[in-house]
Amino acid sequence: MPGTPPRGTPDDEHWFDDAAGKLIRPYTVSGGRTEPTMRMELLSMVMATGRPVHNQLGPDHSMALGLCAEATTVAEIAARLRLPAVVTKILLCDLVDCGAVDTRAPDPLADPTNPAVLETILNALQRRL
Amino acid sequence: MPYKEGSEFFSTALKLLIAGGFGVGKTTFVGTVSEIAPLRTEEILTTASIGTDDLSGVERKSTTTVAMDFGRITISSEYVLYLFGTPGQERFWFMWDELSNGAIGAVVLADTRRLEDCFAAVDFFESRGIDFLVAVNEFDPDYRYEPGDVRGALDLKPEIPVIFCDARDRKSATGVLISLIKYLLETHVDSPSLENGAPA
Repeated sequence: MPGTPPRGTPDDEHWFDDAAGKLIRPYTVSGGRTEPTMRMELLSMVMATGRPVHNQLGPDHSMALGLCAEATTVAEIAARLRLPAVVTKILLCDLVDCGAVDTRAPDPLADPTNPAVLETILNALQRRL
Repeated sequence: MPYKEGSEFFSTALKLLIAGGFGVGKTTFVGTVSEIAPLRTEEILTTASIGTDDLSGVERKSTTTVAMDFGRITISSEYVLYLFGTPGQERFWFMWDELSNGAIGAVVLADTRRLEDCFAAVDFFESRGIDFLVAVNEFDPDYRYEPGDVRGALDLKPEIPVIFCDARDRKSATGVLISLIKYLLETHVDSPSLENGAPA
């Protein structure tokens, strides 16, 4: 499990990991691919299916899969992998393609103008005061 | 399609944006209200079309990396609220379309000593049609302004709430979010006016 995210690191230190040292360039992880195979958003939910994976998973895919044990967002996986969102999406799409992960895009019914949704948020926030 | 059969396991993630000038306390704000320690995610953006003068002396870059700090608040079994704050590099995250698409609303954090720092965020949300309020993070009581002063300086429409907060204080920062949601309800529902004063 990666530790604390880097804080205020200058650009040239973005790929520096406390334990691993200098990290490889991001698109290397995705095998040079720069586009996910399906539409996936930062707030798409992903979750491991538990189905056996027949393909051999590389370390990055395995790590991504391990972070999907419970339903979570692409953004959280990307942060924990310390990979750019686009590279994380490529890895996760691979996992969806091989049946290891389910995904769901943000609900278009969760319209920001939907008063019922806003009321639900309001009540939850007020309980936190 | 795998997502259909599994959809009952998934909650819906909703998005609020926390914007403002550099060093105004956005990441602090996110950390104060979030139920998890703030995480950072990055995206690689193509910047070929940006007309920026900030890279003078640097070869014209084709991509740049933009970082976002974010936290989350579980609303219910059905909804999770994500708060995305911009740690810096304002002019680049404006290009991160995916971030602003589908946002419920936004908080523009302002520092009265450097109000002009949040002009860009105000312009951005106005142009994108994203409803927002302005929360003045009070670093220094000596610089206390009236909401009207801030409104005038930022040339805000009269309906946009201006409130004061302490981004380090959980109740105060949560109060900002409550004010924002109340404002959104007012904006989207034909209801009598709700209070939109200072948070508790």
